[in-house]
Amino acid sequence: MTTSALPESLAQIREEFLELEQGDRLILLLEFANDLPELPPRYAEHPDLFERVVECQSPVFIFTEVDDDHIVHLHATAPREAPTTRGFASILAQGLSGLTAQQVLDVPDDFPNTIGLTQAVSLLRIRGMSAMLARTKRQVRERVPA
Amino acid sequence: MTVEVDPSASFTAFAHPSRLVSTDWLRANLGAPGLVVVESDEDVLLYETGHIPGAVKVDWHTDLNDPVERDYIDGARFAALVGSKGISRDTTVVIYGDKNNWWAAYALWVFTLFGHADVRLLDGGRAKWEAEGGEYVTPTSRPAAVDYPVVERNDSAIRAFKDDVLAHFGKPLIDVRSPEEYSGERTTAPAYPEEGSLRAGHIPSAQSVPWGKAVAEDGTFRTLPELESIYRIGAGLTTGDDVIAYCRIGERSAHTWFVLTHLLGFEGVRNYDGSWTEWGSAVRVPIAMGAEPGAIPIR
Repeated sequence: MTTSALPESLAQIREEFLELEQGDRLILLLEFANDLPELPPRYAEHPDLFERVVECQSPVFIFTEVDDDHIVHLHATAPREAPTTRGFASILAQGLSGLTAQQVLDVPDDFPNTIGLTQAVSLLRIRGMSAMLARTKRQVRERVPA
Repeated sequence: MTVEVDPSASFTAFAHPSRLVSTDWLRANLGAPGLVVVESDEDVLLYETGHIPGAVKVDWHTDLNDPVERDYIDGARFAALVGSKGISRDTTVVIYGDKNNWWAAYALWVFTLFGHADVRLLDGGRAKWEAEGGEYVTPTSRPAAVDYPVVERNDSAIRAFKDDVLAHFGKPLIDVRSPEEYSGERTTAPAYPEEGSLRAGHIPSAQSVPWGKAVAEDGTFRTLPELESIYRIGAGLTTGDDVIAYCRIGERSAHTWFVLTHLLGFEGVRNYDGSWTEWGSAVRVPIAMGAEPGAIPIR
């Protein structure tokens, strides 16, 4: 892992969580859950492209795209009745959006543990988000020629 | 001060009908003095998306588990927790939740460790309330705090530890995990890999009865004859048996503990909450693989 600084988008999300009280952090996570971007229509009908994050308690599926300019686009879907998982997916989808493939690969693996949710949500549940990040990176690696 | 029990005919056949309330009963009794409704879910944010009016939230992990040791909170913490939710020692507590009341049953079992007398489950849980168009509100309920006495847990009656299980061979054990976990194909529930263990399989001689068998399509408990057929005929339990149930961390088996104790009327049923995450990583304990229970270990 490199020691490069956290990308601006993720640093900002972390700051937003850390400046809140524990209880309010849950509310912010819920806001992220509600803001999980809808799938672009071109993917909405292609569940075959998506990979299930089996480490999560609820069915969540991700699909990573790397465009011609090496910019990463992370698409995710998770059910309404699984707001925690939706929140995790939304943080990554929004925080990684617009980063280059290399910037995504350089995101520290322990980013999910550093945003102040280990107490409010529990370390156990945070592991679902770590798995989501790890799978995203693996997909990015697969899509970028070595 | 406790609230009248639900006289629904569908509960009268059960051993302890006072442990269940129907959604109809809850609608009629919401706001009754002496009643506190508790939501307990797997998803820590679900309550915030909307809950039964007046319901308070108790999270199995962040509220009921000790934050450092693998154990439950102590009497002082429990008193502070439930007192802050407006629950007194004589309050009628009705618990409901997601996933067929899986975590609600676990919370009920923890309340029972502390000897809270009147604690009941909403039959059908969140799913049934929702299916019937039940009202939800989003603001967190902020009841006035009340005093709850500091009562230490009594683990001896309904909780089993690893040594209790080792001393139990020859008496019935019920493994409530999925068939794949039982046979040893995998160590984690499908989609729940975060609590790993080093070995796969089951405790020798344990009968496999996945917990969800006790639940009907609509999320309510199955009828007494159906439950008798699953546990007495299927798993061979007979009246007077001393039973220990286990799963992965003790949550699914708390649900089965509720069924065996309060619906079927078995006495002295214990939940081994160390379950497979302890047994499957413990040194030199017997393990059986495959779909058959396996022989009773000789000790």
